[in-house]
Amino acid sequence: MTVAKRVVLHFPPRLVDEPIIYRLVKDHNLVLNILKASVTPKEEGLLVLELSGAQKDYDKGIRYLTEAGVRIQSLGQDVIRNEARCTHCGACVVICPTGALALEPTTRLVDFYPDKCTACELCVLACPPRAMEVHF
Amino acid sequence: MTKTIAEINEKIRKGQAVVVTAEEVIDIVEKKGVEKTAQEVDVVTTGTFGPMCSSGAYFNLGHSKPKIKVGGGRAYLNDVPVYTGFAAVDIFLGATAIPDDDPRNRIHPGPFNYGGGHVIEELVAGKDVRLAITAYGTDCYPRKRLETWIRLEDMNEAVLFNIRNAYQNYNVAVNLSDRTLYTYMGVLKPNMGNANYSTAGQLSPLFNDPYYKTIGIGTKIFLGGGIGYVAWHGTQHNPSVPRSDKGVPRAGAGTLAVIGDLKQMEPAWLVGTSMLGYGCTLTVGIGVPIPILSEEILRYTAVKDEDIFATIVDYSEAYPQRSPDILREVSYGELKGGRITIQGQEVPTASLSSYPKAVEIANTLKEWIQKGEFLLTEPVAPLPGVEAGITFKPLQERPIEE
Ligand code: SF4
Ligand code: SF4
Repeated sequence: MTVAKRVVLHFPPRLVDEPIIYRLVKDHNLVLNILKASVTPKEEGLLVLELSGAQKDYDKGIRYLTEAGVRIQSLGQDVIRNEARCTHCGACVVICPTGALALEPTTRLVDFYPDKCTACELCVLACPPRAMEVHF
Repeated sequence: MTKTIAEINEKIRKGQAVVVTAEEVIDIVEKKGVEKTAQEVDVVTTGTFGPMCSSGAYFNLGHSKPKIKVGGGRAYLNDVPVYTGFAAVDIFLGATAIPDDDPRNRIHPGPFNYGGGHVIEELVAGKDVRLAITAYGTDCYPRKRLETWIRLEDMNEAVLFNIRNAYQNYNVAVNLSDRTLYTYMGVLKPNMGNANYSTAGQLSPLFNDPYYKTIGIGTKIFLGGGIGYVAWHGTQHNPSVPRSDKGVPRAGAGTLAVIGDLKQMEPAWLVGTSMLGYGCTLTVGIGVPIPILSEEILRYTAVKDEDIFATIVDYSEAYPQRSPDILREVSYGELKGGRITIQGQEVPTASLSSYPKAVEIANTLKEWIQKGEFLLTEPVAPLPGVEAGITFKPLQERPIEE
């Protein structure tokens, strides 16, 4: 079984200069897609990744990261849409960078695809009736 | 072929009126032609659902014991200030009012999470809100402070009164600068990252009656999920803008002032709205029925998005500086395609007004009329038309010298 999951990695300062991501990819046979990165030498680093590969490789990779001292936070389903508040105006479709909010051309309803959502939260304040909610 | 409103109402009463939406009528006219459709169709229903800032409501709170005179004092509903310059217990709440301690744009862009529009939505939903009054006290109204919970049903009158709604056409907003803009037209990404518009287009009330031949003062409408009336022409009503050969204004033109009993409205159609970096407002649902009195009126209602043009305006420079420059004209047909080209650049489009909700409003109004629950009204006076020669005046500043 293959999985694709979005995670936030927090690197303590001592790990920022280590080749952790290189080892994660090389030794665990995972494909990674960097969604957001802010790594400054000697300070805490933050990396938002999509990791995909076989479930057992993924589990091993996560174990490797934890043992190395990286703090991991899951991103799945972080931003959800309050369906009762969404007016299907469409203001968010030009804001969402991943196409997770997209206009259905015939009905002109705005569809939300949680699997495409990277929880960047750009839509949260841009949605006029505030239908997009962050859930921790 | 001509019909009267009285004849149409007779058919509505008998449950025999033929009612279609402004979207459905387009295909019917294409198939059957104007003459036949005008004979068959009695009413065309329209709808629009978008943020409309010049909205508000007035309330009569009832008298406390001992009495308090809010007139000339201060009052708040859920910390949102209301206007108190009336008699003892009448107040007016505007959709864009925000609490005194709202951070506003101190850290730009401010979120504007809660304001007058949100209070209106909560009241209509039947929720309790906090009323706080401070007054100066008089012999007949001795009380100086009052704090209480209050609900819509506790009030004597609660009336939605929007002084400008249902704009007939509007700008399309883009941003030519290199920084993000936070406007009443939504978030505008730099270097024309998006083009935002706000209209129901072919379903929008005033696009279907471009010369205000049927919509006038006293016209009964769908307002906020209940029944309302056109009270007057809206502020900034400007019929004199350039029009297409079908009579469709090519820029912001007519507007409506509307009124209705808030107690019979629904929160789904009066939604508190936050425009990031701009302010709070209210998203209002409006639907206007158009009686098909003649072939000419039918022809207007068959207007399509492809026939309706709007002007693209730069909100980094031209709009705030009141410059008349426009980038180009674009049809709503093109805008709805999701991408338009401006100065050789492909720009994604987004709407602030909900088309699916506009369809729902037009369908609801259609049902009400088909069931015989909603009769049409004869306007008591027309709205000012092109012949009124209205000019839209800018503010000419005259410096005040001490
Ligand atoms: S901006 Fe908000 S209300 Fe509008 S379609 Fe997107 S999620 Fe729905
Ligand atoms: S959080 Fe980001 S990715 Fe998810 S729907 Fe909102 S804008 Fe799109």
